[in-house]
Amino acid sequence: MSDSKPKVAFYWCSSCGGCEESIVDLGADILKVVAAVDIVYWPVALDFKKKDLEAMPDGSIAVSFINGGIRMSEQEEMAHLLRRKSGLVVAHGACAHLGGIPGLANFWTKSAIFDTVYHKTFSTANPSKAEPLAKSMVDGHELTLPEFWDTVKPLDAVIDVDYYLPGCAPHRDLILNAVTAILEGKLPPKGAVLSPNTSCCDDCDRNETKPEKLTVKEIKRPYEVLLDPKTCFLAQGVICLGPATRGGCGERCIHGNMPCRGCMGPTDQVRDQGAKFLSAFASILEAKDEAEVDRLVDTIVDPAGTFYRFSLPSSILKRKKMEVVR
Amino acid sequence: MNSSSFEPRLVGFLCTWCSYTGADLAGTARMTYPPNVRIIRVMCSGRVDPQFVLKAFEEGADGVLISGCHLGDCHYQEGNYKALRRHRLLARVLEQYGIEKERFRLEWVSASEGVKFQKVCDEFTERIRALGPLNHNGHGGAAHE
Ligand code: SF4
Ligand code: SF4
Ligand code: SF4
Ligand code: FES
Repeated sequence: MSDSKPKVAFYWCSSCGGCEESIVDLGADILKVVAAVDIVYWPVALDFKKKDLEAMPDGSIAVSFINGGIRMSEQEEMAHLLRRKSGLVVAHGACAHLGGIPGLANFWTKSAIFDTVYHKTFSTANPSKAEPLAKSMVDGHELTLPEFWDTVKPLDAVIDVDYYLPGCAPHRDLILNAVTAILEGKLPPKGAVLSPNTSCCDDCDRNETKPEKLTVKEIKRPYEVLLDPKTCFLAQGVICLGPATRGGCGERCIHGNMPCRGCMGPTDQVRDQGAKFLSAFASILEAKDEAEVDRLVDTIVDPAGTFYRFSLPSSILKRKKMEVVR
Repeated sequence: MNSSSFEPRLVGFLCTWCSYTGADLAGTARMTYPPNVRIIRVMCSGRVDPQFVLKAFEEGADGVLISGCHLGDCHYQEGNYKALRRHRLLARVLEQYGIEKERFRLEWVSASEGVKFQKVCDEFTERIRALGPLNHNGHGGAAHE
């Protein structure tokens, strides 16, 4: 280990592990990264402890890549610790960037989630009705667990974030470009999302098959139709979030003949990805009177979950309204 | 807060050609109606980005009204049809956010319908007064616990 190499940390919060995988997926290129930096903290892959991190001087880590949203107290604590130790923090992946799929839990509350998970599911046997507690006494010892919150937050709701690596998980080229830019000191202005500010449609091969006047008469889910592999999904009546989603993902879903679900988040011009898609999609619906509009929109199963699949915690309203206990 | 002392905070996006003119007429004709609707003039009901509506709720509105020309009368032809479709879809999304659909209203008010504008404001204010404050963000909307 040489001291001159920049130090890098990787950490995960409320995540699925896919973003960790995205680093391993760099394949042979990961060796170049490893040669150029010192990885000083990476709980998934290397045996470092929290106390090792605490012992490092503040600001001594060049960059920390943090994936996952913030759903528990321990994650917020670790995010603050990494922030203090790091020059740069990159929100790695849709969960850290926007809240991600786990952020859909913001349509529920902690008590509803616990009720399902610890009591209602078919496979649960919990006769004592136990639930995890942040503090409990066992044989005279106080035991603690991280606190589980009602609300999932994106990383930048709890700490200052320098850059965002979008995608679920981010495409390898975006990760490599980001690492290269950091090593070479060629970074865009702080706060930038490290992917082109274009829409997914701009990059899509199917864009030219969009008719001049695109309209949707019936809305279909992907499993309900035999999807043509060349035609724009919207032109096939299938919801595709491409128009409201940032480009640069490599169009992985489209090439797999599945519509875009929106994992790259919005472009710089848009505050709320779900609302922007809703606006565009509603305007192309072929329905002229109120009854027909009602009929058509009622065929969309779970519209909020579809439009905010990756971005609910960073949307304007952030979560379902909490019932106020008075 | 009990409902008698609760004054709903309502935001109204009115298209300049019909509904804003209708509201103006209600004013110049000295019709009385509750002052709860804060009016924002837009060129067309089709100009109301759903983000505006969400922002209004986030900033503490108890209800949001969009009002435009009657179907067929939009000065940009298609604008109010788009507003209609966006309204119906957004109303469903708002319900998933826990915001009752009565809090998000769409009306057609022409330039000559001052009386209708008065009635819409009356009804909307009373409906939201009965429903109570929304406070999407104020009461733990984004809180931890
Ligand atoms: S962004 Fe996707 S791959 Fe990464 S942690 Fe979240 S769910 Fe997993
Ligand atoms: S809507 Fe989807 S399929 Fe159509 S051009 Fe855009 S990204 Fe491609
Ligand atoms: S097509 Fe859409 S959902 Fe798929 S990777 Fe790209 S941005 Fe994400
Ligand atoms: S101009 Fe009034 S609704 Fe379009």
